[in-house]
Parts: sequence; C-alpha cells; structure tokens
Amino acid sequence: MLHHSYSDAYIRDILRSVRTIAMVGASPHWNRPSYFVMKYLQAKGFTVIPVNPVAAGQEILGEQTYATLAEVPGKVDMVDIFRNSEAAGPITDEAIEKAARVVWMQIGVRNDAAAARAEEAGLKVVMNRCPKIEYARLSGELGWSGANSGVISSRRRRIG
Amino acid sequence: MPSPKNPYGIETLAVHAGASPDPTTGARTTPLYQTTSYVFEDADQASSLFNLQSYGYVYTRIGNPTVSVLEERIAALEGGRGAIATASGHAAQMLAMFTLLSPGDEFVAARRLYGGSITQFTRTFRKFGWNCVLVDPDDLEALRAAVGPKCKAIFVESPANPGGAIVDLEPVADIAHDAGVPLIVDSTMATPCLCRPLEWGADLVVHSTTKFLSGHGNALGGILVDSGRFDWSATDRFPSLSQPEAAYHGLRFQETFGDLALTVHGHAVGLRDLGAAMAPMNAFLTITGCETLPLRMERHVQNAQAVAEFLERHPSVSRVSYAGLPSSPYYERARKYMPKGAGAVFTFGVRGGYEAGLKVVEACEILSHLANIGDTRSLILHPASTTHRQLTEEQQIAAGAGPDVIRLSVGIESVDDIIRDLDQALAAAAS
Repeated sequence: MLHHSYSDAYIRDILRSVRTIAMVGASPHWNRPSYFVMKYLQAKGFTVIPVNPVAAGQEILGEQTYATLAEVPGKVDMVDIFRNSEAAGPITDEAIEKAARVVWMQIGVRNDAAAARAEEAGLKVVMNRCPKIEYARLSGELGWSGANSGVISSRRRRIG
Repeated sequence: MPSPKNPYGIETLAVHAGASPDPTTGARTTPLYQTTSYVFEDADQASSLFNLQSYGYVYTRIGNPTVSVLEERIAALEGGRGAIATASGHAAQMLAMFTLLSPGDEFVAARRLYGGSITQFTRTFRKFGWNCVLVDPDDLEALRAAVGPKCKAIFVESPANPGGAIVDLEPVADIAHDAGVPLIVDSTMATPCLCRPLEWGADLVVHSTTKFLSGHGNALGGILVDSGRFDWSATDRFPSLSQPEAAYHGLRFQETFGDLALTVHGHAVGLRDLGAAMAPMNAFLTITGCETLPLRMERHVQNAQAVAEFLERHPSVSRVSYAGLPSSPYYERARKYMPKGAGAVFTFGVRGGYEAGLKVVEACEILSHLANIGDTRSLILHPASTTHRQLTEEQQIAAGAGPDVIRLSVGIESVDDIIRDLDQALAAAAS
C-alpha cells in the first residue's frame, strides 16, 4: 500500500473494527492535541489507554497511564502514535509485539519503513491522519465546523 | 472535476455537498435552523464544545447547522478544505484580514477591485492599523516589489469589477508563495463553475454569496474558503494560527487542527469576536440557489456573450469591455482560466458620454437599474451618476467607470428580450 491516500471504506472499516486504542504520547494537559483526540474517541465509545513514560502512574481522563506499550494489560486493537516520525519506528515494532491489528500515526507522522514492517506482520496502517478528524468526517460531524468532508450521501445515516 | 477528495462532478456537488437527509426526521432538504442557541447534553459536553474538543453547536454567532451546510457546499465547490460563512462579502474580507494581520501590518491588493473593496481596504482598514498597497496585478515586477517584510497577503479580484479584467493567477500565486504569504482571490464574478482559484495556486477565496452563488438577489452573505495548504507555522508571521491562543487556553490552531486551522479559527475566534455571522435564513436561501449554480452560470455566460456581441456591433456603443470577446486584451487569459465563459458582468461605453449613459439606464424596461450583480434578472448601472458619483472624472476613469461607462450584469431572461430592451434604450439615448 502506498499510503498517499486512503479510501473512505478502508478508514471506516478500521474505525468500526477497533474497540481498544493505546495512545502512545498521550498528554495529561487538557489543552494539548492528544488530549482532544483521547476525549473525543472516548465519547464515541472507544477505550483509550494512555501511554507516556512522563505521565506514568497518573490518571488521564479516567484511565491509568502506562510507561510503555508492553505494560498495557489486556488486548490492544489499535496503537495511535502521537510521537514524531522517527519515534514511530520502535513504537510500531512494539505494536507488532503487542499483537495489535492497526498502527495509526497522527498528522505529520510518517514512517514508511515501519509501515512496511507492520503490513508484513499483517497489521493495517494509517499515516498522517487523525482518528478524531476521520471519525468526524465520515460521520458527518466535521461538516458542523464548516469543513469539506468529501462525503456525499443521500442515506438517512446516524450521527456518531 | 473529480478529485481524490471530491470524486464527484460539480453539478453533483452543487446539489449535494454538505447536505444529507435529517437523521431525526428524514427531511430531504436542509432544514432552516432558525435558532440562536442549542441545548447541551450535560455540563461535560458543554465544556467540551467550548474547549473545541468536540463538534457541535453552542451559539449561532459561532456556528449554525444550516450555515454549516452552505460552508461545506461552497468549500466542496471550490475544492477547499473548509469555509466560514459571513454576513456579507465585506465581512468575509474583514475576517480574512483579521485572521492574518496585526496592527502595523500590510497587504498588497490589485488596483482593479470592486469600489466598495477599495474603500474598505484603503480607508476603514487603516483604523485597525492595516496598510493596503495597491498595485496593477498585470505588472508582475511591480507586484513583487510591493511585497515587503510586513506584508501578510496578496489580494486580487478576478474577474474584476466592473470591466471583467482577468488576473494571471498562476504567476501571482508564485509571487505570493515566494514571499511566504497567501494569495487571496475574490472570485465573486466567476463562481467555482467558471474558475477555481485554488486550482491555480490561490490559498484563500472570498465571495460575496449575495451575487451569483445565491443567484436570486434575495440573500446577503459572504464566505471565506481555505485551501488548507498554507503552512502558517513556517514563519512567525501568522501568530493567530501558529502561536498559543489565550482565549483557548494556549492551544495553537495549526498544531491542534492541522489543515483545518483557519476554518476553526475563523469560527471560534473570528466569528465569535467580530460577530459577522451569516443569518441562517440567508444560508438557507443561498443553499437553494447553489443547487442550480452550474445551470445558471451556463445560461448567464451564454446570454452575456450574445449581448456583448450585439453591443460591439451597435453604432451607439464606442467599446465593450468583456473578456469573452476576441477584441478584449484578456481574451486569451480568459480562455486559460475561465474556458467555460468569462462571466456575465461587463461594461460598455455609450456614445454621448455622461448624459447618454444616464438616459440608457433610465430607459430600460426589463433590465433593473440598481447596484448589484449576479441576479437571475439582468441589471444595469451607470457608475458615474451613482456609485462613483463622488469621484473626480480622473478617478472614475482609473476605476474603469468613466462618465460614458455602463455596467451590465446579464441575467437569465430570454436573450432576445434582453437585447431588444438594450436596443430601445440605446435608441432613446441617441434621440
């Protein structure tokens, strides 16, 4: 997969099939982008486990923060990477170790070599996108802010 | 043109973009949410909205569901990332400069603009400490030289009021980007059906939606569309989008919202604090108007071409300024940037000067004598005796509105009727 663009169906499948997300690089500060994304995804029914060595042991939005991905108990469906492109490499390898099904790198984060390794191991990869924006775009909510969702539908669809 | 983001034709986008059946009732057309405020689910959801952490509505000054549909509709038509609807075209221009400029800053604007824009730019904007430098957009060297260290944008109008001159958008966009500033294009007289400035390198597009977009002369409005491509954080020139915003607890708009930065800021700060929101009713009317935009523009340009050709042959007419005519210096440029037609607004000179001009507009039976453009109805104006009356003859000529100049906005009536009306009006002026 070339990862220049993703079909709506590809993104939709991922968002529908995931329940638990480990967010690596989650911030305890409520005005940081990662906090926004965590809060939004929680509101949409996802379980989001924060991973951040700096905030390990702290509670973020009602969830215990872990120092590393390996320490997260239980199953992790998707690893959401809020770190830079270089750091995304080793984190992807940890995600493969953790038997996650999806590696999702945030806006501005792109690591083609890591993506190739993940796909080789059978994981799905999304790079340079935000799950909050994609969820909002596909559900129609993004249009509420004046954004071009690129979605045209005459179906009577449920919001959120 | 289908694109990765919008793989649909412009006719489909015009009818559907931004709208889908109401989930609660199944209502097919966009409901008119004639409401000022919205009930919160609970305090937590309320604070989440106020913090910009989730999507939803708080107060119609900041956002409204009917207005949102129009914003997405026009963003999609222009191929942009997002849009902010405003009370008027002037308000959209105000919003753009408010977002990009601080007191003491400058912007470079084309000399050929709608007169109202010139007044807003050169007089009223001074009160905010914003300086406007006017240049001839056809003189690329002068344009390049005019962009100084305090410049935050280049602004052009294409086609330009009143004579329909076309700007060479590609090199102008390059000049803007070389200087690290965005190019803003007022595309009111074109509409995305005839020209999509973002495809030629522009970063922002403004419209007076009052004109062709709503198309029926019944709804005042404006809109600012963002391509989402400009990197506001590449330098420190655009602090409102790249630096911490105190009103939102220190978040940086581009960092938090990516290519939606200007769209979100435009609502959360621009509309919130300037208050120039589009009325839901006007958005409702404009949405309906947009549905037929491609059809209407087709007829507008068909009629305008026929009327321009008729006038060019008429003995009472000294010249016609319309880029759809081979005699126009902008003919080739129009074929490049606006292959479907050079718009429907143009000027012509009537023999007999000021007095003849006055007589022509007052003799029309079908064309409406008023100050507007982009209506289903054909409109006629003699600027020298009305909108540009306060200027000296020199200033009028410089603005393309000399004493003998008449401006037409050709409507969608039967073209023979439009031509016949002009013919009898010209005869009345000559007698």
